[in-house]
Amino acid sequence: MDTNTTIATRPVVILMVEDNPTDVLIAKEGLLSAKMLSTVHVADDGMYAMDFLHRKGKYANAPRPDLILLDLNMPRMNGREVLAEVKADDNLKNIPVVILTTSKAEEDISKAYALHANCYISKPVDFNEFAKVVQTIQAFWFNVVTLPPGTNL
Amino acid sequence: MNAPAATATRPIIILMVEDNPTDVLIAKEGLLSAKLLNTLHVADDGMYAMDFLHRRGKYTDAPRPDLILLDLNMPRMNGREVLAEIKADENLKNIPVVILTTSKDEEDISKAYGLHANCYISKPVDFDEFTKVVQTIQAFWFCVVTLPPGGEI
Repeated sequence: MDTNTTIATRPVVILMVEDNPTDVLIAKEGLLSAKMLSTVHVADDGMYAMDFLHRKGKYANAPRPDLILLDLNMPRMNGREVLAEVKADDNLKNIPVVILTTSKAEEDISKAYALHANCYISKPVDFNEFAKVVQTIQAFWFNVVTLPPGTNL
Repeated sequence: MNAPAATATRPIIILMVEDNPTDVLIAKEGLLSAKLLNTLHVADDGMYAMDFLHRRGKYTDAPRPDLILLDLNMPRMNGREVLAEIKADENLKNIPVVILTTSKDEEDISKAYGLHANCYISKPVDFDEFTKVVQTIQAFWFCVVTLPPGGEI
């Protein structure tokens, strides 16, 4: 998948919102082993994700992510709530949100699209498959798609 | 890009909204040469697209598309208007909309994401590149992504 467009001249910034440390590790490995220069930030739950996006608390210097990978089931504030907040916020709604979850519940899938998730991807259980999916997400969103402009660095 | 999820048990239905016959031809070739079983419907402009989606006029028997490929600049009703209508319609907003256009205008890109386009892709001018992009779109959206349920046949 080596198509044109959106040539990144700086590391792409990915915010991964995920409470499972194993999944974070696999995803990070997948993302960082790709040829693309990328920075992966991790928020352990929805509250941290919103703090990151609003540059609150320990995230005062957080960059604006180019892409958000969002788990659905997390403590404190779940992915549905994060998605709803991001997509209702005029400053944030342009950031593509990829739902990445083990849930295959039809209601979750349907609700996520209705809340304007940019796409919904089921996490494969197999580690290698999962790493591959993460790389495919990265390749598609950063090599094929034209991302929204206005990312202030 | 042979990841899991969303295994199609029936042909995947794509609605391409595009007024340029050459682009339609290239896209058709790209889509149908892939190993995936799919049906491609074409609407020449935004008005026809809305008729198709609402099963009006000559489209009374139209199926619900699994994915919409939407050009921006078209006569009668442009892609921005189509996108706004789809994403404001409770019955249609779940359908992923991929903007596929020659425009690289920052305002177009930004507005499309603001109107909840699922992704924005610039059409390569080169024919082979364009075919490849169409195949990549197909592979990502139908082999990696889990599409919303409820597309009644």
